[in-house]
Amino acid sequence: MYAYDEIDRTLVNERVSEFRDQVKRRLSGELTEDEFKILRLQNGVYLQLHAYMFRVAIPYGTLATNQLRALAHVARKYDRGYGHFTTRQNIQFNWIKLAELPDALADLAKVGIHAMQTSGNNMRNVTSDQWAGVAPGEIEDPRIWSELIRQHTTLHPEFSFLPRKFKIAITASDHDRAAIKIHDIGLRLIRNEKGETGFEVLVGGGLGRTPFIAKTIKHFVHGRDILSYIEAILRVYNQYGRRDNIYKARIKILVHELGIEKFSREVEEEWQHIRNSSLQIDDEVIEDIRSRFTYPAYEKLPHMPDELRQAAADRDFEAWRKNSVAPHKVQGYSIVTISLKPTGGPPGDATAEQMDALADLADKYSFGEIRVGHEQNLALPHVAKRDLPALWKTLDKLGLATPNVNLITDIIACPGLDYCSLANARSIPIAQELTRRFANHELANLIGRLHINISGCINACGHHHVGHIGILGVEKNGEEVYQITIGGRADESAALGNLIGPGVKFDEVADVIEDIVEAYLALRERPEELFIDTVKRLGVEPFKERVYATR
Amino acid sequence: MPLVNGGKIVDDSFVKLAVDMPLPEGGDILVPAERFVSDADALLKRAGKVGVIWPNNRDIDELVPYLGKVAAVALVFPTFRDGRAYSQARLLRERYNYRGELRATGQILRDQFVFMLRAGFDSFEVKKQADAEAFMQTAKRYSVFYQPTGDGRVTALHRRMQLRHSEGVGT
Repeated sequence: MYAYDEIDRTLVNERVSEFRDQVKRRLSGELTEDEFKILRLQNGVYLQLHAYMFRVAIPYGTLATNQLRALAHVARKYDRGYGHFTTRQNIQFNWIKLAELPDALADLAKVGIHAMQTSGNNMRNVTSDQWAGVAPGEIEDPRIWSELIRQHTTLHPEFSFLPRKFKIAITASDHDRAAIKIHDIGLRLIRNEKGETGFEVLVGGGLGRTPFIAKTIKHFVHGRDILSYIEAILRVYNQYGRRDNIYKARIKILVHELGIEKFSREVEEEWQHIRNSSLQIDDEVIEDIRSRFTYPAYEKLPHMPDELRQAAADRDFEAWRKNSVAPHKVQGYSIVTISLKPTGGPPGDATAEQMDALADLADKYSFGEIRVGHEQNLALPHVAKRDLPALWKTLDKLGLATPNVNLITDIIACPGLDYCSLANARSIPIAQELTRRFANHELANLIGRLHINISGCINACGHHHVGHIGILGVEKNGEEVYQITIGGRADESAALGNLIGPGVKFDEVADVIEDIVEAYLALRERPEELFIDTVKRLGVEPFKERVYATR
Repeated sequence: MPLVNGGKIVDDSFVKLAVDMPLPEGGDILVPAERFVSDADALLKRAGKVGVIWPNNRDIDELVPYLGKVAAVALVFPTFRDGRAYSQARLLRERYNYRGELRATGQILRDQFVFMLRAGFDSFEVKKQADAEAFMQTAKRYSVFYQPTGDGRVTALHRRMQLRHSEGVGT
């Protein structure tokens, strides 16, 4: 856990008081809605279909139990008793009242939580691997660097009014769980041949109307230079990014229009001016941040405790363990993913009661720590294996033990037309229907790893381009129509999916997905060949034939 | 539109010269970049201070040769969501060591004051009277800064180092 000091706390409180003044000026009419819009967006407040929506940052996906309880408190006191975890390690509340927002922010500030820059054309919440610090084989804990960058990007005096939003993600593992290739800047923590820590820097990834996979701009930037290098990218973007058309304003378009070579030359030239400035980071500064991350005092525990051996007879427990429990870097411990995708439920939602109960479980079993992943699930990062059976029993009672992590019903979806004023089509009901169709655990297990991503409009908040199966809702002649792609992925081999054919109606989506899955089961070479690999081997055609043969 | 300079509301000694307006004999003038660049020598010779209004999409490098001669540079925020002039301001102050008046013009609201001060602006054409009057109070709103800029404010990272070292001395 990162512990805020007095300096961090002061800044968050100063921001809350500024926002309180801004809300007051809006309510008195001193600020027009047009002026206020930009100010509220910088504090995570959107105006949605039914009400204001409030998006709160969970930097690099790490939460302490008192923080999760504070989120539960906000859900209960200011909202309708639940929150929605997003694909960028944020939580959204959908029914908040403008006049109460400053109080909600003040309540969150008490536990070091804020909503700064969770929307608006600025540098957004820095995201990272939800298994940071506990995943076996990672270079080092990427959250140290995430925190450094979080601080540097917070209320940046030069880059708070960029052409468009700007997202940074960091990973330190070979397997990328942070989706860095679909970010404006993706950072991969590596060591060079001298053993020095630094980053491979990628730039220009993003989804939306014009999706791009990020390109490597520099193969190695030393850790001490990372802030100046990011600043150089931002300075080039701030000056030359397009501001004439909102759909062409992201850095991916600038990189695409200039070409990565020319863009990287511009950045390099700017960087040479500033790399030896006060932006250079001493080891001492890094050590200071590192020292404020605390790690659990792990016990020496056996690899296979008796409790686990005995519980293995319980089929339901075993199904959950095999699905939701992952290896930890310390022997005798596990990382437990908590599925927020129950059958028939909206993906990523948690009630205030569930959040409170999870906080209690994290105190009891996970050294008081919870993680949030971009797949819209939570995780308990330090669970002793001997505690797994007891933990499972309680999770099951809370409706939080659906054994579907990484399976076809572990769907990523945006809020869609049920909440969002930008959406053209519903997302949540599609996800709900699919979780019912594939509710049978044996069937889902037989299908194996398969990610479905659903977006209710071209803005792609559900990351449909990079779903193994992507579903995009659009509007055509006043009707919801869904375009389906296959073959996308968001990990270290990130790729955009390919369209399988003409769009289908709302009522047909689940049938089409069933057809695609049946085609896969018939086409795969062996049970271990994942859906994504079959698509890679065979292309779109055989799936297309199957889906459209009878339509 | 009130002008805030040195933290106070002051009279603006500068007259803004449109592209086609005849050149006044004396007095301080702010000249659009295009006219300034095409006629810099004549403009700089006359009595009275000369400042230049530099648009946010024009390369600041072009202005560099004149920085020792102009009394003011006015940068433009066509709307407050367009932040290009923050980069121009930092370049002028931090890379080219410009020390004259650096004025923010356009849609300037109190909510930008802290960012602008940090980027090097010292003069503000504020849109609303109430915002101009609230300048000093608003400028002091923040006491913690995470990024180093040319304004010399101590950053959080360095303040932590100072605290560490002073603690070290005491023990």
